[in-house]
Amino acid sequence: MTAQMRPQMAVCPGCVAAPSEAVEQAPTEARLALSLPTIHCQACISAVERALNAYPGIHSARVNLTLKRALIEAEPDLRAADLIPVLEGLGYEAHELDLTALAATHNDKAGRDLLMRLAVAGFASMNVMLLSISVWSGASDATRDMFHWISAAITFPAIIFSAQPFFKNAWSALKVGRLNMDVPIVLALVLALVTSLWETSLSGEHAYFDAALTLTFFLLAGRYLDYRTRAVARSAAQELAALEVPRATRLLDGQEYEVPVADLAIGDLILVRPGGRMPMDGEVTEGHSELDRSLLTGETLPVFAAPGTAVSAGEVNLTGPLTIRATAVGEETSLHRMADLVAIAESGRSRYTSLADSAAKLYAPGVHILSALAFVGWYLYTFDVRTALNIAAAVLIITCPCALGLAVPAVTTAASGRLFKKGMLIKHSTALERLAGVDTVVFDKTGTLTAGTPQLVSLDEMARSDLEIALALATPSSHPLSVALVRAAREAGISPADVTDLREVPGYGTEGLYQGRRVRLGRAAWVGAAQGSQTTAWLDTGEGSKPRGFRFTDALRPGAAEAVRALQAAGKEVLLISGDTTGAVEALANRLGIEKWVAEALPEDKAARIQMLADQGKKVLMVGDGLNDTAALAAAHVSISPASALDAARVASDIVLLGQDLEPIAEACGVAGQAIRRIRENFRLATLYNVIAVPLAVAGLATPLIAALAMSSSSITVSLNALRLKS
Amino acid sequence: MSVLSYLIPISLILGGAALVAFIYTVRSNQYDDPEGDARRILSDEWDDHPKP
Repeated sequence: MTAQMRPQMAVCPGCVAAPSEAVEQAPTEARLALSLPTIHCQACISAVERALNAYPGIHSARVNLTLKRALIEAEPDLRAADLIPVLEGLGYEAHELDLTALAATHNDKAGRDLLMRLAVAGFASMNVMLLSISVWSGASDATRDMFHWISAAITFPAIIFSAQPFFKNAWSALKVGRLNMDVPIVLALVLALVTSLWETSLSGEHAYFDAALTLTFFLLAGRYLDYRTRAVARSAAQELAALEVPRATRLLDGQEYEVPVADLAIGDLILVRPGGRMPMDGEVTEGHSELDRSLLTGETLPVFAAPGTAVSAGEVNLTGPLTIRATAVGEETSLHRMADLVAIAESGRSRYTSLADSAAKLYAPGVHILSALAFVGWYLYTFDVRTALNIAAAVLIITCPCALGLAVPAVTTAASGRLFKKGMLIKHSTALERLAGVDTVVFDKTGTLTAGTPQLVSLDEMARSDLEIALALATPSSHPLSVALVRAAREAGISPADVTDLREVPGYGTEGLYQGRRVRLGRAAWVGAAQGSQTTAWLDTGEGSKPRGFRFTDALRPGAAEAVRALQAAGKEVLLISGDTTGAVEALANRLGIEKWVAEALPEDKAARIQMLADQGKKVLMVGDGLNDTAALAAAHVSISPASALDAARVASDIVLLGQDLEPIAEACGVAGQAIRRIRENFRLATLYNVIAVPLAVAGLATPLIAALAMSSSSITVSLNALRLKS
Repeated sequence: MSVLSYLIPISLILGGAALVAFIYTVRSNQYDDPEGDARRILSDEWDDHPKP
């Protein structure tokens, strides 16, 4: 921003003489956002706002309880990291949100637009309906004409403004020579308006202004419901993405600077602390550590990292700080290159036509032919264009897919709301329909069926004295295996041995002195043992005997066993495809009772196998979390990923599981099936109304009153039927 | 029936006023936090003097 000359508004000459203070027009304000998942009441709002507003440097803070967020305007140098302890002191969990990732939720222009159109249509239809009621109850001659003219004056601008979404959709469909639900809608609207205006100018009896507006109102209500459902899911998905603030620590002349990941350049030296995730691809230049690659490859075994080791974005550093020279950043990283694979896989899925579209394909030509036939028949019978046109318009209005437009959104809104309460986020508009047809479920192993935290399994095979030494060595370390060992040993009532001179050697393990002997706990090669296929930490007690192995397995995610059992009980085939080693995959498959499993699968193998299942006519649900799953997630008929998954995997999947528990998956399949049954029921209901009303219209007996009754009652029945799902 | 010439404009103006009021509330972000606003009214924090 540049400082600008401001016009002097002062009246006294002294003020003019005073130099206008060079205020720092540059960044005077920073905007921060915090996610506060635990706030729930008015007292929470007051407490958080009071604490934040009292904090030095904050200009204003406001809590949004609906989104469970706090938006803060503050001095530019204030960091969200400074505020989090303040809120945690009050007892509220707080996480920083990346505002750029949230941008779209802020100015929700499309939703507002739709709401405004809905309001105008509602206002106009109520007014016109009141005028119509007086016509129906017997107004005649000049009064009726006046009412009709007033209705026309309200209807035309209202329809031109509020029905724009339908006009646009119909036009874009017609331009490519296709029919969608909007084409009969627009045709009915236009024909109704034209014939009504003509009738009014001839002081005729029947005008369909109220029907055209009510139709617009109901259809917009359907669109708005549909939009809201997806907006809620989108905003929750964005919040997940915004929780991962993309920052990295850049080393420049020995100084550490925190910079946004987008600013990194090739050749930069980046410091990654233990527990941190690699922000880019690169090569280790300094430090020793172990890397967790499970999100990329599905392997659970930590990999040793030393100067020269190549690392990819998304890997997690486990033990020691690493300095990395960036070799690829941003779009060039292996993480982003996977996007190509996803794009290829996704092109297959766009072939799916939604239930509403396939209904429209059947319905639209039928309606048009019926209405045209009515016109031709009546013209040949009476040779009167006015009567024939009137009847054709009545047929179009009565058959207009008002209830059809509500049938799908009303049900998906109810079902998505119910699943959202169970912790499932339906991201894609047709995900529910596709989920209902699933007959095969493919699970990824690491991070999906397992929680990604190790669990000690060989506790009972160890001598008590060894356990005591191991516990002492593991206690100071934050390595996941050490943490798991400490937890298991403490639960078994082991107390640590008296080990002195404890020292953690990043990338290798920990060592210390016990009764004058050097004892070590760590990697196989460091301790002098043979590397096996299972995740193992080795203990060398320094007595010259063979090192003892502590074997670990991945702990199951809560609800994993239940979900697999429920899916199998529902008659679905369950498969396990993982990039991990054969032994680990086989063990897990046996534990969960999954008969078909594939190990050591590369990302392309996973996608290819899904494609193969699809070619056999199976409808595949893929559940996965890693980068190696993204292509498979995109290739599957429908896909689910847990909230802990990499951003790329969440983007590629249709449904995101917000909690830790996997159990809702089986239930979601049930709810989806129920929702589809309800949608079909709604279609049948709407058709039933048409079957009753259309003969009346074709016979020329339909008055505007009958049209209004048929339309409103079918819309209301359909909405009520959809709401039954929620109970 | 001449009463209609008053009543119809009056009803349209009243309805139009409600429509304008609704559009104003949408434009001034009054539906951004329905849950929070419903609870804020229970707070007595700013009852004695308005929030600065």
